[in-house]
Formats: sequence, structure tokens, C-alpha cells
Amino acid sequence: MGLETFGWLILLCPLAGCVVISLGAKLWPEGAPGWIGTAAIAASFASSIGALFALEDLGEEERQVVTVAWDYASTAGVDAQLSLLLDPLSIFMALTVSGVSTLIHLYSVSYMRSDRGYTRFFAYLNFFVFSMLLLVLAGNFLLLIVGWAFVGAASYLLISYWYRRTTATRAGIKAFVINVIGDIGLVLGTYFIFKGSGSLDFLTTFDSVEESFSRNDGDLVAGCIGLLVGAFAKSAQVPLHTWLPDAMEGPTPVSALIHAATMVTAGVYLIARMHPLFEQAPTAADVGAIVGCATLVIAATIALVVTDLKRVIAYSTMSQIGYMIMAVSSFAYTAGLFHLMTHAFFKALLFMAAGSVIAAMAGNQNLDEMGGFRRAMPFTFGCMVIGGLALSGVPPFSGFFSKDEILAYVAARDDWHVALAGLGFVGSLLTAIYTFRMIFRAFLGDPVEPARDLEQGHLYHAPEHTNPATGEVEDTDVGFPGADHHIAEQEGSMKVAMGCLAVLAIVGGFLQIPGVTEVLHHFLEPTFADSAYYEELHPSDGLTALGLFTGTVLALGGIALAYHLWVRTPDAPGSLRAKLAPVHSFFFNKWYFDEIINTLIVRPFAWFGRFGRNTFERIVISGLFVGGTTGAVRAGSAAVRAAQSGYLRYYAALLLLGVTVLGAYFLLAGS
Amino acid sequence: MSITWYLCVSAIVFCTGVGGVLTRRNPLVVLLSLELMLNAANLALVAFARAHGNQEGQIFALIVMVVAACEVAVGLGLIVALYRRRLPIDVDELRELQG
Amino acid sequence: MAEVTFFFAAIVALAGAFGTVLLRNPFYSVLALVCHLLGLAALFLLLRAEFVAAAQVIVYAGAVMVLYVFVVAYVGGQDKPLSPRHGPGMRAIAILFSGALLVEFAFAVLGSSLSVLDGEGTGFFSAFGSPAQIGEQFLTKFLLVFEIASLLLLVAAVGAVILARRRSGLDDPRELSVADLLRSQESGTLTDAERGSLQEAAGPPGR
Repeated sequence: MGLETFGWLILLCPLAGCVVISLGAKLWPEGAPGWIGTAAIAASFASSIGALFALEDLGEEERQVVTVAWDYASTAGVDAQLSLLLDPLSIFMALTVSGVSTLIHLYSVSYMRSDRGYTRFFAYLNFFVFSMLLLVLAGNFLLLIVGWAFVGAASYLLISYWYRRTTATRAGIKAFVINVIGDIGLVLGTYFIFKGSGSLDFLTTFDSVEESFSRNDGDLVAGCIGLLVGAFAKSAQVPLHTWLPDAMEGPTPVSALIHAATMVTAGVYLIARMHPLFEQAPTAADVGAIVGCATLVIAATIALVVTDLKRVIAYSTMSQIGYMIMAVSSFAYTAGLFHLMTHAFFKALLFMAAGSVIAAMAGNQNLDEMGGFRRAMPFTFGCMVIGGLALSGVPPFSGFFSKDEILAYVAARDDWHVALAGLGFVGSLLTAIYTFRMIFRAFLGDPVEPARDLEQGHLYHAPEHTNPATGEVEDTDVGFPGADHHIAEQEGSMKVAMGCLAVLAIVGGFLQIPGVTEVLHHFLEPTFADSAYYEELHPSDGLTALGLFTGTVLALGGIALAYHLWVRTPDAPGSLRAKLAPVHSFFFNKWYFDEIINTLIVRPFAWFGRFGRNTFERIVISGLFVGGTTGAVRAGSAAVRAAQSGYLRYYAALLLLGVTVLGAYFLLAGS
Repeated sequence: MSITWYLCVSAIVFCTGVGGVLTRRNPLVVLLSLELMLNAANLALVAFARAHGNQEGQIFALIVMVVAACEVAVGLGLIVALYRRRLPIDVDELRELQG
Repeated sequence: MAEVTFFFAAIVALAGAFGTVLLRNPFYSVLALVCHLLGLAALFLLLRAEFVAAAQVIVYAGAVMVLYVFVVAYVGGQDKPLSPRHGPGMRAIAILFSGALLVEFAFAVLGSSLSVLDGEGTGFFSAFGSPAQIGEQFLTKFLLVFEIASLLLLVAAVGAVILARRRSGLDDPRELSVADLLRSQESGTLTDAERGSLQEAAGPPGR
């Protein structure tokens, strides 16, 4: 089967899975939708592998294939087509997305087993994977925007999956609104780029970027800033990041898939894909780099003080995506994309492990109430530690190679990018600290009641089911989480999924050891062949070694510090918090972003909406236009109705009048 | 006498009939005024028959008389029916068909 | 001679017309109309339409007007109006409209340039307007018209009979009628709307 067939199969298998699950929703026996969904994504992954091999069979020069299914040009007037672009970058993304998705589907088969909305979950999840694959495989701006919008919609559906919880629905709406702001940026950016290049097709636009735009052309910078707005909203960068922590209201597999491995990486993919445009408008690229750097620092500081287990990992995601955005905006493509892949592995692993711990706690996510799960959940503990070590960048785990490579490349860009790299190293230290803070608090120390119950062999059940965020009592019917919880130690499929990811987190780094194995760099070369920086930007061996060494030192130092603070002297964090109370509260309130956005944007819009409804709608539209029109019609018809008085003589008079007028007309016409 | 004189008489009678239809409230008198108008038309027809020298106008006038007779029969029948039902014999009072 | 006759007949016709419209008592109006018809018959004779004149007198004045007389006798004129006139003030409008119409006719007749109107008419043969001629025309050229006219007469006759017949059952003299109430006292218990309503036209309940 050719590359093009594989390409379409990659896209259509998840869609077929979604459709099949949905159509037979009432018919499936227990557990079938989970296996159908997993099989669909596994088929997609197999097709990705097939596409990879087919791509490798082609010559070096021909590795960018466009396959067209339908041409909309006749109706749309622009060169819009239903086309996929199959080149190394898109196949790489497809492999990552479908691979990690398969494992997460496998995990969810057991994790969501006792939820009443099981079928709906897998239908939504398959739809999400379809939209993400559409996004990465799209061959023109139109399909990209379509995939982008679908991904936002799927994210909304999955965040507010437990729809009878108000916190969940509110979080879903928040995520969707911010995503739509990003969509607007994306569409406007596309417009500006289309204005200059005249084509919606990727390859055509990229080939003609030098002729269509001058360096740092106003239109191109505006277009790229628009694309960046879209990327920031989707990848949760400052200031459009406030939706990501709230999005943890969704089930843990959703957090693992969407908010760690796939959707939030769409922004990184976007910048990497549009690299010819960004290289022609370096101003926009610089903006991206600065925002990425700012996000990674801000998110790391917040992760230090947050007490919800999933939110620590969410802020960690935000921070790591900041690294990736910084990398691709500084034109270090391989490093950024490599980190994307390794991050997908260890972050999904971390979320899965967190899900297992939360299940053991019967839905409670509060770090303050966790402790000592090491003996009760050894497998989960092991996975969490592997993920944590990879995240912190300890050799030889995958995160070490990818993260430090980013920092080395960014530093190699001279000028002020060195400062960004420096902040990146600060971020590495903070990453190690907060990651192991989380692990030590949850697993070490004295076992709490659920841990003790688990050591004795039975899973802890809370006396009543409550919303973990607000404490509101809820039941276990449809729209709420199910009554039972499933932990990794007891479920086979969860163990398999987490095990695969743990192995990948360990060995994934060997794909791109700087100077030794440059597999990824060579693989991605056809896509980035037109980049000025792909081959040229290369840190010297000395810089690379310095970077790796510094990274290791910072990671181990951070782990040691965390150990000291949270294991050796458990009272130290408390006294530290008391001493630095204003700093702590500033971080704890997430740098007040939510409050600022609320005051600056949400309140004025809400006021405007209320004004529109009470004043404008009521008085002008209903009163004046609608009321006025109906009043005028009613008055007119009343006037006309007066002619139907019922008086015979009145009618006769009108008749005679008409005859007179008619006669007069004929008289005048004849004379 | 030229034909014009006859036509003038016809016009005056017709307009008198119009005035009667518009003014009187008793339906019987309204019908009588209607007869006046028909007769005026008859006069005009016969005058033109004389003017043209053929009898078509006269035949037309005879047919008009037939129609007038039919209309009177039906109209008077209506008035009798109204009187039988003890409704007021006044065109201003009979106005059910109003909008 | 012809002029004198013409003016005499015209005055009679006009007087009759004015009388029909202006006299208060309907019976007098009927009589005025009869007078008008006779005047018109004289005018027809002047126009050499002998058969038409005869038909006018025999049929119109003789039959149709007799019918009118019978109905007026049955229905009677109401000398006193039932209620103050609340219809539109039509007198001024009526004069205006009919005046306008008259002016228009004047223009049409006097101002037109039809040459045929100036003369006394074209020449005619001796049998012009005689019954024989009219009959021949009816049975040859206007046969269809003749037949349709007779059909129309049939329809009208049937219609008149149906309209004026009594309903099945007899009037119960013991039942009160609305008109009785109205005639006996000025203020009735009915509202204006119910006075002219179809409900009343259907007769008292129980039929």
C-alpha cells in the first residue's frame, strides 16, 4: 500500500472508531466500546508505521507528498482542497500522537470501567484523536483551521465530561472560550499570510515566501503573530494559559492525552510547520521565544506551591511546552520536536500514575492529604519516579537529552537568546524541585488511611462522594464519576500501558544523543531543508557538554533539595512558607492572572452583554424595530379595516367614485 | 331634437338615481333609485339606436328591462324576508358584513 | 311640435325622478316612479321606439311597479326612524358625487365631437321600431340573448319564491319578537350589535 493510502488510513481509522462506537451506543456489550476505540487507534498507529516505511522508501528529494481527495476550488474560489501533506514532520507527529493515544486508550479501558458514560468517553476520545491527526496531517491552512477547531471542541467535550459537576462545565467553557480566541488569531493570521502569498496550500506558500514578503514585512509579522496567538491559546502559554489548570476537572486519561501529550503540543507543531514564515519574520519568532521563556519560569514557580496533584503536573506541562515553544521559535527545530516526543512519554506516564494514586484516594486530589503510598503501590511509585527523573532531566533518561539539547541550541544563537537559555536552566532547577516535592509528599512519609487500607488489600472508599475541588456532595449517576476506582496494581491493561511508557521514557532519549546518534535530525531534514538554521545552528561541542553537565547538576541538586525539605525536615517547608508569605501567596494565586483577566476582560464583556440584553435588546430591537414594525402594520391594517364599515351606502359611494374616476380617465385619454 | 337632448335627460336622471341610492335609508327607496338609473340607461340606448338607424339599441333596452324585472323580484323578495324576520328595514342597521 | 312634446315628456320624467328620490313616504316614491316611467315612454315614442315604449308601459309600469306597490303595502314605510341616524353623514357626499358624475356626463355629451349626436339621427325606414322588426331581430340575430334572458327570468322567479316563503312551521303569535319590544319602548334590553345580528335573523329559538 502506498504512502497516500497509509496517510488516509491514519486519519480515517479513529473517525471510523468514533462513528462505530456512537452508532451502536445502545448495542455494545459491557466494555466493547473501549476495545473498539483502542483497536481503531492501534490501527491508526500501524498505518503511521506503514507510512513511515513508505516514506523512507522514497528518495531524499521526494519526501514531501501531497495527497488530494477533493478540490473545493470550484466553489470556494481559492485553492482550497481536502489535501494531506505527508512529510517527515507530519509522520513524526502522527506516530507520536497515535502511539501515545493507543496506550492511553488501553489505560482508559480499565480506568473508566465503572463510569456510566463509558461509551461516550471512547467516542469522544476517538473523535479527539481524529481531529488531532487532521491537524497534523493537514496540507493547507483550511484543513489546519478545521482540525484546530475540532480539537478545541473535543477538548471541551472531554473536559466537561462529568457534565453534572458545575466546576467541570465551567472549566470546559473557559477552555473553549480561550481556544476560540486562539482560533480567531489563527484565522486572522492565515488571512494576512494568504493576502501576501495568494495560496492556502502549505508547500506553495512556503516556496513563495521569499517573493511574497520582504524580511519582517508588516503583513507577514501580523500573520505570524496571529498564528502565535493561536499557538499560545492551544499550548497554554502566558497570557492565554488560565484554562489548563482548570482543565484538570476532566478524567485523568483526558488530562494525559490532551493536556500533556497531544493537544497542547499543537502550538509547537504549528510553529515548526510554519518555519519558513517565521524565519522570514524573525520579530514574530522572537516574540514566541520570549513568551515561551516567560511561561516556563512562571509555571515552574506556581508548580512549587500548588497542592492539587494533577495541577502540579498541569503546570509542569505548561512549563515544558514553554521550553518547546522557546526552542522552535529560536529555530532549534529538532531539539523542540524531540522534547515534544519525550515529553509525551513521561508526562503521560506521570498523569497515569497520578490517576492511579487519585483512585487509591477515592477521588481526592489534595497533596496535603496524601502520603506514604510507597509500600502500598510499588508499581505506581516506580512509574512515577521514572517519569519524574525523565522530567527533571537526569541522565540517562529521555528528558535529559531533549531538554538540555534545547538549552544548548538556544544558547548557541548568540545575542540575547543566551539570557533565555539561562532562564531555562533556572527552570530546570525548579522543575526538579517541584517534581520531587510531589513524589515525596505523595509516596514517602507516614502512610495515610487509604494507603494503610491498601496495604491490607482493600481499596479505600470515601463515605460519601464529593467534588474534590469544592467538597460538594454528589452521586455516582451519569454525568458524575462512577462509584468504583481502579488502580494500576489491580488492572492489567493499566499496567501494560504504564509499563510501555516507562520503557519509552527511559530509552527514548537515545534517538537523538547529540553528536552520537542523530536519527531524528536526519529524519526531519526533508521538511526543514529550506531553513537557514537547520544545519547551521549547531552548538559547539564545548557548549553542548557544558549544557549537559549543568543540566545534570541542576537536576540532581534539585532532587537533593526536595529530599532535604520534604523528607528530612518535614517542618522546614512550613516555616519557609511563613517567612516568605507574600511570595508564597503570589505564587499560590497563580500570579493573579485569573483575577487580572477577570477584571480587564470578563467583567466588561459581561457588562456589555447585560447592557445589550436589558437596554438595547429590550428597547431598541423589541420595542422599536419589532414593536414598531408590528405597530405600523397593525395601524395600517386598522386604517384599511375602517373601509369595511358594513354600511351599504358607503360601499355604493365608493363604487360610484370609482366609476367617476374611471370615466374621467377615459374622457381625458380620449380627448 | 338632436340626440344630445335625450342624452342630457338621461344623464340627469342617472345622477338623480345615484343621489337617491346614496341618501335614502329605506331599502325600498334604494331599489327604486336603482330603477331610475336603469331607466336612464334605457333612454340613452334607445336614443343611440335612433341615431345609428338600427334596432340593436332597442333590443338591448328590452333586455335591460328583463334584467331590471328580475332584480326587482329578487330584491323585493329579500325585503319581504327581512320584514318577516322582524329585522329593521334600514340599510344602516343591516351591517353584519363589517371588518 | 316634436320639441314641445319632448320638453313636456322630459319635464314629466325629471319630475318623477326627483320625486322618487326626495319624497319621504315610500308609497309616494313608487307613484313618482310610475309617473317617471310614463314620461320616459313618451320619450321612447318620440325616438320611434314603439315596441319599447309599449313594453315600458305594460311591463315596467304595469307589472314591476305593481309588485312594488304590493310590497310597500305589506312592509309599509316607517315614518319614524328606529334610532337616530348614526350612519355617515351622506347628504353632502351624495350631492358631491352625483354632481361630479353629472359634470362628467356633461363633458362627455356636450364636449364630445361625435357627429352623430348633432343630428336627429340617420334616416329610417317606416317599420323602424315596430314589433315585427324587433321580433325578427330577436329570433335571428339575438336568439341566444333572448334564450338567456328567459332563463334569467326563470332563475329570478324561483329565487324570489324561495326567498319570500315562510319557514316550515307557523309563526307562534304568543312568542314575543324583538321588534315588538322595540316598538313598545324606546330602550330595549338588547345592545346595538344584537339588533342587526344574524342570530335574530334565524328567528326565535326553538325553530
